[in-house]
Amino acid sequence: MTKVSMTVNGRAVSGEVEGRTLLSAFLREGLGLTGTHVGCDTSQCGACVVHVDGKAIKSCTVFAMDVAGAEVRTIEGMANADGSLGTIQQAFQDHHGLQCGFCTPGMVMSAAALLAENPKPSEADVRHYLDGNICRCTGYHNIVKAVLAASGQDVSAVAAE
Amino acid sequence: MHNFDFVKPASIADAVKALSSDGAQALSGGQTLLPTMKQRLAAPAVLVSLTGIAEMKGVCRGDGGLHVGAATTHATVAKEAAAHYPALAALAGGIGDPAVRNRGTIGGSIANNDPAACYPAGVLGSGATVVTSKRKIAADDFFQGLFSTALDEGEIVTEVRFPIPEKAAYVKFQQPASRFALTGVFVAKFGTGVRVAVTGAGQGGVFRWTEAEAALSRSFAPGAVDGLSLSGDDMISDLHGSAAYRANLVKVLTGRAVAAAG
Repeated sequence: MTKVSMTVNGRAVSGEVEGRTLLSAFLREGLGLTGTHVGCDTSQCGACVVHVDGKAIKSCTVFAMDVAGAEVRTIEGMANADGSLGTIQQAFQDHHGLQCGFCTPGMVMSAAALLAENPKPSEADVRHYLDGNICRCTGYHNIVKAVLAASGQDVSAVAAE
Repeated sequence: MHNFDFVKPASIADAVKALSSDGAQALSGGQTLLPTMKQRLAAPAVLVSLTGIAEMKGVCRGDGGLHVGAATTHATVAKEAAAHYPALAALAGGIGDPAVRNRGTIGGSIANNDPAACYPAGVLGSGATVVTSKRKIAADDFFQGLFSTALDEGEIVTEVRFPIPEKAAYVKFQQPASRFALTGVFVAKFGTGVRVAVTGAGQGGVFRWTEAEAALSRSFAPGAVDGLSLSGDDMISDLHGSAAYRANLVKVLTGRAVAAAG
């Protein structure tokens, strides 16, 4: 076991890991941050997306030791300081952008990465960016709508199906 | 997955040293290697991460073209190569999905030489030079078949140098589940002639379609390949597409790539 340190949601953390410990496992089992979900564990589904140094990555496909020293942000870091839902989270609630909710942490983290790069994306931009996030419930319409709404755009004309 | 010792050197020299130990394996972005290790198809004793080596990262103009550090992510190439070599930037920006592009690297992709990966087509189609920890290898000599390259044991790809063509484009027919190319074609027109590299189709991995190169060197127009036919004999055949289907895709995508290159 080796000690690994990083910053998670603004807090300095450390823990003992093996070489093979995935970032997703370190977050969930080492730090108890179970908001990051592991869906497929094969880098297909995107439920485990977190930000490492500001970039969206699949935490099931990165070793914890390879991101030692990094700034990591997870879904637990997306709420406002007073505990209320952050803008993107609130938009998912307002526009019913989830059903079972399993994929939602990854969707929200990918959406946040998209909006950081492209603050006013088109519907096509959103759909393209969420290519690596799979939802088996919603059919994506309301997820796309929620992301557009979170960007401050009028979504009254976007179909809700 | 089986456990291993993890090391993360900060220089190419230290990485080469670390790779000389028994059972050592280089790790770049890990977007292929980690899934492979989870399936226990690979079980290195030592994993040598190349992501902490600053001298292997970045995109810059250099002698005769564009130099891309081997540990540069697809997302960085998509952004930073756009002004210099748009077709290469577009290829990088179409690999996998955004999260994969933020980890996966050009060096990792070509060292793995997956028969359906995009980068081998871009590197071979451009006639790029692969720089390693000990030599320079022409793309024509680098790719040697399915998951096979000219790299020796412990040799690391450190940089890829691209000559910049007059016109170029990459068009792939995406396999929507895996996001790999079902088949992809990279076309590049230089003053000296045209190169056409095909991924996702050949049983031996990426290859140059020389008949199309000759035809397009005479006339760089989408219709120039209409009269050509490609045999399905050496093509991949699987549940996603038969060999004949892929052979036809190569021709169709070559025409589309020429049209896209303008």
